[in-house]
Amino acid sequence: MLRRLQTQTTEMVLLAVIVAICLVLSLASDRFFTLVNLFDLANASAVNIIFAVGLLVVLIAGGIDISFAVAASVAQYLTALALARIGGGGWVSGLIIAGSIGILLGAFNAFLIHRFRIISIVVTIATFNIYFGLLMFFTRGVSIYDLPDWWTGKIILFERQMADGSWAELRLPVLVMALCVFATWALIRHTTTGRQLYAFGDNPEGARRFGISVAAMQFIAFGWLGLMAGIGGLVQAHYAQEVVPNALYGRELDVLAAVVLGGARLGGGRGSVLGCVLGVLLVAIVQNGLNLLGASPYAFRMIIGVIILVAITLSNAQIGKLFATRSEGRAAP
Amino acid sequence: MTSPFMVLPLKRPPQGLSADLAGPLAAFVMVMLVFSLATPRFLSSATFGSVAFQLPELGLLTLAMLLPILTGGLNLAITFTANIAGLTVAWVLHQNGGVNAGPEAFALGVVLALAAGAASGLVMGLVIAFSRAHPILVSLAMMIFLRGLGEFLTRGGDISGFPAFIRPLGHGMVLGVPVPLIVFLACAGLWHLMLSRTRLGFNIYMIGSNSAAARYSGVDTRKVIVLVYTLSGLMCAIAGIIMMARFNSVRVGHGEAYLLITVLACFLGGVDPFGGFGRAVPVVVALVVLQLLSSGLNLLGASQHLATAVWGMLLVAVMVLRWLAGQVAAALERRRRR
Amino acid sequence: MATAQPGAAPAPRPLLSLSDVSVTFGGVKALKGVSFEVMPGEVHCLAGENGSGKSTLIKVITGVYRPDGEARISFDGEVYDHMTPVAAQAAGIRVIWQDLALFPEMSVAENIAFQEVVGGRPRRVDHGAMRETARKVLARLGTSLDLDLPLRDYSIARRQIVAIARALVGEAKIIFMDEPTASLTQAETNHLLDIVRTLSREGIAVVFVSHRLAEVIEISDRMTVLRDGRLVGVYPAKEMTPSRITELMTGRTFDANVRARSHGAAPAVLAVEGLTRPGEFEDVSLVVRRGETLGITGLLGAGRTELALTLFGMRRPHAGTIRLDGKPVRFRSNRDAIRAGIAYLSEDRLSLGLIQPQSIADNLVIASLGKVMTGGLISRRRKEGLVARWVGELGIKIGRQEDAVSTLSGGNQQRVAIAKWLATDPRLLILDAPTVGVDVGARAGIFDIVARLAAEGLAIILISDELPEVYYNADRVLHMARGRIVGEYDPRSVTLPELEAAVYA
Repeated sequence: MLRRLQTQTTEMVLLAVIVAICLVLSLASDRFFTLVNLFDLANASAVNIIFAVGLLVVLIAGGIDISFAVAASVAQYLTALALARIGGGGWVSGLIIAGSIGILLGAFNAFLIHRFRIISIVVTIATFNIYFGLLMFFTRGVSIYDLPDWWTGKIILFERQMADGSWAELRLPVLVMALCVFATWALIRHTTTGRQLYAFGDNPEGARRFGISVAAMQFIAFGWLGLMAGIGGLVQAHYAQEVVPNALYGRELDVLAAVVLGGARLGGGRGSVLGCVLGVLLVAIVQNGLNLLGASPYAFRMIIGVIILVAITLSNAQIGKLFATRSEGRAAP
Repeated sequence: MTSPFMVLPLKRPPQGLSADLAGPLAAFVMVMLVFSLATPRFLSSATFGSVAFQLPELGLLTLAMLLPILTGGLNLAITFTANIAGLTVAWVLHQNGGVNAGPEAFALGVVLALAAGAASGLVMGLVIAFSRAHPILVSLAMMIFLRGLGEFLTRGGDISGFPAFIRPLGHGMVLGVPVPLIVFLACAGLWHLMLSRTRLGFNIYMIGSNSAAARYSGVDTRKVIVLVYTLSGLMCAIAGIIMMARFNSVRVGHGEAYLLITVLACFLGGVDPFGGFGRAVPVVVALVVLQLLSSGLNLLGASQHLATAVWGMLLVAVMVLRWLAGQVAAALERRRRR
Repeated sequence: MATAQPGAAPAPRPLLSLSDVSVTFGGVKALKGVSFEVMPGEVHCLAGENGSGKSTLIKVITGVYRPDGEARISFDGEVYDHMTPVAAQAAGIRVIWQDLALFPEMSVAENIAFQEVVGGRPRRVDHGAMRETARKVLARLGTSLDLDLPLRDYSIARRQIVAIARALVGEAKIIFMDEPTASLTQAETNHLLDIVRTLSREGIAVVFVSHRLAEVIEISDRMTVLRDGRLVGVYPAKEMTPSRITELMTGRTFDANVRARSHGAAPAVLAVEGLTRPGEFEDVSLVVRRGETLGITGLLGAGRTELALTLFGMRRPHAGTIRLDGKPVRFRSNRDAIRAGIAYLSEDRLSLGLIQPQSIADNLVIASLGKVMTGGLISRRRKEGLVARWVGELGIKIGRQEDAVSTLSGGNQQRVAIAKWLATDPRLLILDAPTVGVDVGARAGIFDIVARLAAEGLAIILISDELPEVYYNADRVLHMARGRIVGEYDPRSVTLPELEAAVYA
């Protein structure tokens, strides 16, 4: 346990902060620490966590992706069209279609990055505009409400009636999220591919000397994020019960902020699934808490902004200090 | 140590006067050609009128993005900084009679708006310079904060009801040139002068290429970084004021879609994504190309969304062409050595 | 470990032997008919200047490069006409690169056992097995580290041990160490040498690849010297002295005249007393006079660069005084130092000395920008004039002023760096390892400039670990060790071998 504390400082600090906030909220509002609220929190955070673990893989491999949220919208929309064409489908066909489209869009990013040696931020800003522009152009911004029943029908994994008569429900998105989190954890922690991704993000030249394929790393990282974007898109439409082409626009930066809050590093090599999930949860809990406390819904983003700014400043200030005393004069990045 | 790369010294593309202008100018010629052939209405004063009025907003925000990118950073907070500046002016006007507010009130509002923009930049600059946190993250946090602040203050609504005399700032013409365009060209000229002729500009390029080496040469790298983000915030404020005059209202989220377009415009204008290289003039040309593209597509009946997609494709095309040019140059170099 | 039999007598047959290896890159011959031999369990030095072909030779042996036509590589009884990285790894050939090629964010265990996660087909990672592998290898080296901590928590010296441990995973028969002591302190170097002795006793051959071999000579058996891609010769290490090695590597005999002169009467430009930064240097006192060149030498980690950075205002002394022209000074940053007339040429030209991608002109004027401004703006005409003047003055060979400084040769880059500082009109110029990465032929030119500047009255501190450089070019030589000045020598009254004996004792 002590060792875990040493090696996973960010995660432990986050966990402590979350526990502290939860304690304060439980005392301040009697509605916070209820099954209804906690389940709502889980249901509402599921999609962001799916995106977040996908983005985590790209960050670990040393890249960045701005385009995944609009890619999810594209996957969502095309899946809806495809399902209508094949006459409804089901969860399996839906997941396969949405996942494949996501992978394809992610692979397109990887292709541009690898083949033409363009850095990932430039590529994904370009594809962000391409994906979103084309989606809005071809759909004319029209939403789809007429989705197959299996897609929009509420699926409850677990429910319990509370004393006041309200129902606490854990819904399907949470299950999908759990599977995605588990799969990502297994990939990056327990497969050779995952460790290669860390190594590649950490020291690309060192990884190359071990014969690790740069192309494979790029395609796996962006493909995985694409897959998560596709699945996330499908689940988001399930949760919202509609497909709105610009519903996920802007989500990319919120997710990026949460993932970085969870300890992933721009530049690669660092980040964990646990930290990533905690990062998303911290943001969600603060939002939820402020809501319950009756704060203006508009105030919460402001507060999140401050939290992230302080967190980034503090965590980097320490590293900066170490850097200054230990290796002053070495090449700084 | 010896490696084949030492035999071929790594060469930058030539930094002559017009080398970085070639790409944007070529794109400009292409766009003009294609659209003139596609529709006779393209080469008309209406097209250029619409470009002249639309260019300044995106242009001013792009100038705000340019400085951080040149130092190897990014400022994701530009659009919301502009919104907050617009809100500041609106607030001062409303405190002083709304529609009946006088020019002094507007002047005060402008001063406070510039101060607000500069303050947002200053905070980011200080955090980036002293904590060495990644500019993307710092400005992302600032963006989320400012968005929240703006939404909190406006409850997500529009603020309008301004005195009539600020309308010309958004819609007026002086000698046949739209006022916003004049403001933009003045700012672009200022940026060009600053980057090419002042100590600050010089230091920005040096820091963008190698901050540590610049520090060893006596450059006050922290001061430069703080100044860069403060100036970026200031430019956002100018953009915010112009946007307010154009729309005759302020809403948090106005111009949000411009955020990534400004980055795209910088890259299109030959700015090095890693910092250290890039000039104001090619970026202005790139902006003109982007606007012409969207106006031309508009004439052909396509929506702004298609234009957005084409902008993205243009960026990919330019980067691919740049890669190709690099390959050709390397091949020529090899042949020359042999 | 089949070959690791402690105490086994070295077999008479060479473990590795290459004959007549040539390598050509785009028309340029990097190696010309080189032969090379290593015996089992031998500690061998491969010496040569930068660009002499050492690294190319290693890359041929590890299969990164393919030699031209005729070459024969025989290793451990097998004959190859060329190696491949996979075959080299399997045969037991290991390289510890200068940059170590480690993964700072990953755990010690994973860094050591990284080979186990390499390979195209995804497999399950056995973290337990990796940890076990790492533990065993570290135990062989007589150390233990916390296997789960990320490598970034460890010092360079510990990381080097991790790199060695990684090389030992599997059946290592020969280990190449590329500039192993480059960033180690003396104590750390000694520990490294202990490890090498242990490996050698186990029958593993170790090849040091370096241009600075004084530290490793004592435990080496033989030395192969390369120069300009050719074999100079193979020598028993016992017969080598540092100056002899330098002669062989550079092809120059250092019978040059000692330039030292007396400056006792000249006024002191810099006077330092009791300067201390705990852990870096202690109680340093020295004087540099007008027109004088003060040499400071000592092994790496002696605190020379730290001292220089403190004089340059980039670090603050904890105790002691610095006087410039008799007046005490206290610098808050190097900008204060530059204004006061101190210039510092960094030892690391590539990443700290010059801004490589930027132009020659910009690099030259960066520290004296005020001189080319008129009315608050940079004057293009003045800038060109200033650059042209210094280019002429120091004989820098350039194409256009706008070319990136990275397009210049090492020697010309160093001249640009010196010109940058001369343009600030300094009173004291600190040169930290001014010939690193400069071709042998261009070095004399640099020292001619130094002598001319001194003759014009500039006070100069010349820091170098190449003893002949300070011996022949400085008026006085200070010897630093473990952060203290432990000796002062007048080149006119000691011989170079005497100085070497004192420094490497």
